[in-house]
Amino acid sequence: MDSDFSCSRCGCPDNRDPLQQSLHSARWLMMDRGSVNNITMSVKAYAVKNTDFCLCLCLPSFYFKWVGQNDTHATNRCLQNAALLSVLSAKLRLVAAPQEMQLIFLGAKPDIISTVEFNHTGELLATGDKGGRVVIFQQEIENKNQPQFRSEYNVYSTFQSHEPEFDYLKSLEIEEKINKIRWLPQKNAAQFLLSTNDKTIKLWKISERDKRPEGYNLKEEDGRYKDPNTITGLRVPVLIPMDLMVEASPRRVFANAHTYHINSISVNSDDETYLSADDLRINLWNLEITDRSFNIVDIKPANMEELTEVITAAEFHPLQCNTFVYSSSKGTIRLCDMRASALCDKHSKLFEEPEDPSNRSFFSEIISSISDVKFSHNGRYMMTRDYLSVKIWDLNMESRPVETYQVHEYLRSKLCSLYENDCIFDKFECCWNGDDSVVMTGSYNNFFRMFDRGQRRDMTLEASRENSKPMQVLKPRKVCAGGKRKKDEISVDSLDFNKKILHTAWHPQDNIIAVATTNNLYIFQDKVN
Amino acid sequence: MINTMECAVDAQSLISISLMKIHNSRTQRGGIKLHQNLLLSYVLRNARQVYVKEKYAEIYRMQQYEEVMAVCNEIQELDPLDVDAEDAEDEEQARRAARCGDEASPCHRGGGAPTHGRAAAALFGCSSAPEDGSREPDPYYYYYYYRSCCMEAPPASHCEQLPASTGTGTQHCNKTTVLDLDTHVVTTVENGYLHQDCCRCGYDALQRGQGAQSAARKRKVEFSCCASEEEVEELQDCKRAKREESSCSFPGLDYTDTSNISNLISIFGSGFSGLLSRHADLEQVCSQQVLASLGAWTRAIVAF
Repeated sequence: MDSDFSCSRCGCPDNRDPLQQSLHSARWLMMDRGSVNNITMSVKAYAVKNTDFCLCLCLPSFYFKWVGQNDTHATNRCLQNAALLSVLSAKLRLVAAPQEMQLIFLGAKPDIISTVEFNHTGELLATGDKGGRVVIFQQEIENKNQPQFRSEYNVYSTFQSHEPEFDYLKSLEIEEKINKIRWLPQKNAAQFLLSTNDKTIKLWKISERDKRPEGYNLKEEDGRYKDPNTITGLRVPVLIPMDLMVEASPRRVFANAHTYHINSISVNSDDETYLSADDLRINLWNLEITDRSFNIVDIKPANMEELTEVITAAEFHPLQCNTFVYSSSKGTIRLCDMRASALCDKHSKLFEEPEDPSNRSFFSEIISSISDVKFSHNGRYMMTRDYLSVKIWDLNMESRPVETYQVHEYLRSKLCSLYENDCIFDKFECCWNGDDSVVMTGSYNNFFRMFDRGQRRDMTLEASRENSKPMQVLKPRKVCAGGKRKKDEISVDSLDFNKKILHTAWHPQDNIIAVATTNNLYIFQDKVN
Repeated sequence: MINTMECAVDAQSLISISLMKIHNSRTQRGGIKLHQNLLLSYVLRNARQVYVKEKYAEIYRMQQYEEVMAVCNEIQELDPLDVDAEDAEDEEQARRAARCGDEASPCHRGGGAPTHGRAAAALFGCSSAPEDGSREPDPYYYYYYYRSCCMEAPPASHCEQLPASTGTGTQHCNKTTVLDLDTHVVTTVENGYLHQDCCRCGYDALQRGQGAQSAARKRKVEFSCCASEEEVEELQDCKRAKREESSCSFPGLDYTDTSNISNLISIFGSGFSGLLSRHADLEQVCSQQVLASLGAWTRAIVAF
């Protein structure tokens, strides 16, 4: 089983087949579900030795059991719950491109990714998945002797945030899928994030431990108590270094405040409060208080027969702690000022663009429903994503957006089939780059789109294994809407609608983006000069 | 106006697809998605608007060719979105019933039901059953959608009884309990009569060979994903054989599905009654009445 091969980088023993070994040395590796069984053994072999699972192993949605494994320090990077299932950490690496554009790096995440979020410095990247797990990646600046590698994102911590629950009153199962993750600004050594499923929000503390105490008087090293009679002297316990251990612990659980499914959470700039929004209500919480929340928006009609719209997303203004917006399924955005009244049912501003009557179809209401709203970093603009377009609004102008970008207008004639296969209900997210000059959103066929606001140009890129290798420049793609298809263009009919990119995130300062396809997480980076 | 040109499917199949989605969403994990169902109800409303508009155009055309109607006896197709409606009062009653869960169940609509066999439209909760034997020639198309509803019909004896009973609706096939997510109010809708309606209508239609074709246009039976061509053949066999019980089985739908669908139907029954406008009074089929039932849909959706 064991071979002589050892990784040149980390020295771990590697006992996989030659192909995998060479790929391992080359620092990236993709494994399919089929080869998980092979991995099990090898993981066990080197897991003990390495805290840093240097293997650029990409494990698509798979867990496997640690059987008889002594997982003390070694597994702390990825396993918090060694009892049942473990996640092998995947190491993500960024490789800089020698030329223009970005480079790919492949990583994988178990299960379908449902949210992606950078923290405020960009050092940490959190992903949530459908199984209720959160995986946090940390950026590490590469050492100097390999300058072409700019930075790596390694798995930093993995934990099970939410479990499936059952609501006995309504006989409903509550999904454990993580709908949103939001980081809190860092105040001390520990990191905090909020993660939410359909009903419950949890505040998690992620802390590092790299020292442990040794030399207790009353306890042995393994924890057993000493016989007091055997103690002859006293000593002061000392802290000795140990392998880095990252622990995640739930500090607060905010539950039972939402009747409908939570779709958004947003941390206020005052660092004390946050909001959570479901289909009909928005609640304001204090981060310290879990048994009480204030309802600030309630659009539930007295008679449910008159229900015409639901809340689809909500966000606090990044700078003004009294302002927040919420978007609706009718394509409107309401800006509310919490100073005006306790209940913010009356909006301060209503952003709405009149519908183009020539485009009316059976599905007009569906495609005008806003799936995401994001403020720009400077707080002057906000961006909304509906099914076919991205719109940028100036907060001072309510009548229409200042910019509109078509993401995949060629789908307008396909709405019927998209309705039949439920794709028309997909909720795409969007994001700004650090200086608010470029916006990005996802599409189908693993394409994602970037719109440069200043230069008025847009780009379509693809996140896929086949088309992306390390050190390779990403080639812009083009979809042929009709007529003669040019070489290298993809025709609309050959798009794969099962491969969708719903979640994207942009590093707050650098040009590093995280793009989540169904099972995989891709991190791209701008070229390094 | 809704531009239907680009759409490959027509309003009717869109409606059936939408209803199937709503039905499926009831059983999916995590509970009913309010947002998605709201959007589905918008599609339903749009499709209905288009359908009703087309229907009126057709009615108008058909009135021009009245003599042709009398000739056609054979059932070629069935159309559920029949314009024949029950009374507004029936609808009101139904809505009130569903809302308050009181005893005035949709079953007891009796009285003013029009004489046309409402047939099929299991999904559309044939709200009023043919009460008596005399019928006007039916100029409209009928349609079988989810005939599985009829599958759950009470035994044949029931159906024999039914023509006799005029809307007493004493047999209750089903009760449906709906729970408002928010107020936790439990409402019980009695929908047994709807069930029987469906069966009865079906049989009546079968027996009388009702249905008509317009000389101007023949509508093909368009099934949604569920049905197949064999169904159509079998349907026609049923008609000819005048079988007592509906024997068409729906591929892919087992018995539990039928009960679910019938529940769905019952809930929608009161709402869909708004779909059907008055036969006698074309002018009166104004958007008020039709759109008034939108609320019933929404309520039905939300009330799961």
